[in-house]
Amino acid sequence: MGCLSCSALMLEGGGISLERRESSPIPVEADSICPDRFVGLSLAEVAALPAYFGRRLVALGDLFDIDGMGAESITVRGDLRSVKKIGQRMTHGRITLDGECGQHLGAYMTGGEIVVHGDAGDWVGAHMAGGRIVVHGNAGNYAGGVYSGELRGMTGGTIVVHGDVGREAGSRMRRGMLVVFGDTGEFLGARMIAGTILVAGRIGRRPGAGMKRGTIVALGEAPELLPTFRLACCYEPVFLRTYVRRLAQWGLVDDATAGDGVFCRHVGDATTIGKGEILVRDQSE
Amino acid sequence: MHRDGVEIEDTFAEAFEMWAARIVITAEHRRWALTAAAAATGFATSIIGCGCEAGINELAADETTLDGRPGVAALFFAVSRKDMESQLLRRVGQSVMTATGTACYDGLEADERITIGGKLRYFGDGFQVSKLLGGRRLWRVPVMDGEFVIEESFGVAKGVGGGNFFIMAADYEAALGAAEAAVGAMRDVPGVIMPFPGGIVRSGSKVSSRYKGQQVSSNTPFCPTIQPLLEGALREGENSVLEIVVDGLDEQAVGNAMRVGIEAACRPGVRRISAGNYGGSLGQFRFDLHRLVRA
Repeated sequence: MGCLSCSALMLEGGGISLERRESSPIPVEADSICPDRFVGLSLAEVAALPAYFGRRLVALGDLFDIDGMGAESITVRGDLRSVKKIGQRMTHGRITLDGECGQHLGAYMTGGEIVVHGDAGDWVGAHMAGGRIVVHGNAGNYAGGVYSGELRGMTGGTIVVHGDVGREAGSRMRRGMLVVFGDTGEFLGARMIAGTILVAGRIGRRPGAGMKRGTIVALGEAPELLPTFRLACCYEPVFLRTYVRRLAQWGLVDDATAGDGVFCRHVGDATTIGKGEILVRDQSE
Repeated sequence: MHRDGVEIEDTFAEAFEMWAARIVITAEHRRWALTAAAAATGFATSIIGCGCEAGINELAADETTLDGRPGVAALFFAVSRKDMESQLLRRVGQSVMTATGTACYDGLEADERITIGGKLRYFGDGFQVSKLLGGRRLWRVPVMDGEFVIEESFGVAKGVGGGNFFIMAADYEAALGAAEAAVGAMRDVPGVIMPFPGGIVRSGSKVSSRYKGQQVSSNTPFCPTIQPLLEGALREGENSVLEIVVDGLDEQAVGNAMRVGIEAACRPGVRRISAGNYGGSLGQFRFDLHRLVRA
């Protein structure tokens, strides 16, 4: 197996494209699909990079048609629902996915950008430390979250999900920003230590459970809060105006004024040091 | 050289390298941003007795504030980084943080930084909150009207202090009218301040004194009432002198400001425009009046 269109060294160019040859429910671990791994390699060498097809070690070229030049930009097409770990640990460059993708997208990344034109699986940006992920569809559970047994989740960077996210998004966040335009599942920001989560849609049950610090912002509907969160006051948080304007400058949100206005500040979780906050837009406005 | 009937003396202003900082103060209403800026830049006419020189500078036409609220910029000039940090800590802490509804951000892109918000945050007594956004750290300090938001650090860079020119006029009204016109024109130049009251100095100084322990004294050669008693610098018909001092973020800004100021000051009643220097051996910058102003 193996199909190449050229074997030129890729230092510059419009980007490399990979197209999945055939759909399969068998999981693919494709952490090789990453600008850091492609830099300085010829197409033949890219095709020879390892991937796991189920428990079998294969080459990328066995699963994808590979074409183009330029390691800084990678486009991946086809049925990627079972393809995991794309962009894992990337530090620079851009990956564009045309379609749904599997789990662990951009896990541990520290730089660069990933754009998904479709849904993404669980653990989008898990343990992310920098860079940016934009999901134009929904994301699964644990977006910007933490793997079991770890004490800290996402520590930097920005994740924007234009659709919904599942449960435990932003769990154990230690910094960074998660923006959700749709709805969230339960336990949003559970055990958060720092960072900021902005939600335009509905927030699921038990947001901020076990939160120590950090900020959850309900831009839309008021969520049901745990009894361990207490209302402090209603005011106009200046920092929120700055945050949303910066997101607008980055082209990640359209409305630069979405953070303006009065928000009611609820502090908690009282089961911990309780210095976290959930800001809820004043519904009487 | 003459311009509009006013002699432009063939001399130069000698200016010095100073540390500069620029902060942006925002508030819910512009009047409160101005109030805070005025308080923070008060008593900052001269480094000789005030610790720094400071003034308000409007934001550029295409400049927006970080939080989208009305804002003004304030420029500060000091002799050393240590002095700058000390001055900003006091002025921001006592005059900006105390002003209702304000926030304070860095307004100068500079690699060298001084920690201001990172020190003032302790006023929050443990309840302050840090937010990191795009590499910039903001502190949210709880205060009675909500939160005071301040950036962790502010940029400092080498600027120019002590650009100047003298307006010699037939009488006080002519000197004042010319000085006010000059300051009015100079306020539109970005990146400069005129630190003295209203931008005008009436008691220019010289770096010497007959009295032991006094470092400066009145610029007596330019004082009209005592001309016969010393080797005066004034000519017959020059009965009043006012000085404009300008500090700026860079040499070009100071030069531009001096040029527009001198041109605006060339009015009826003004006899001569001159400038102050120390022979050119002390300052790092030299602004030749004839190069700045065209006839």
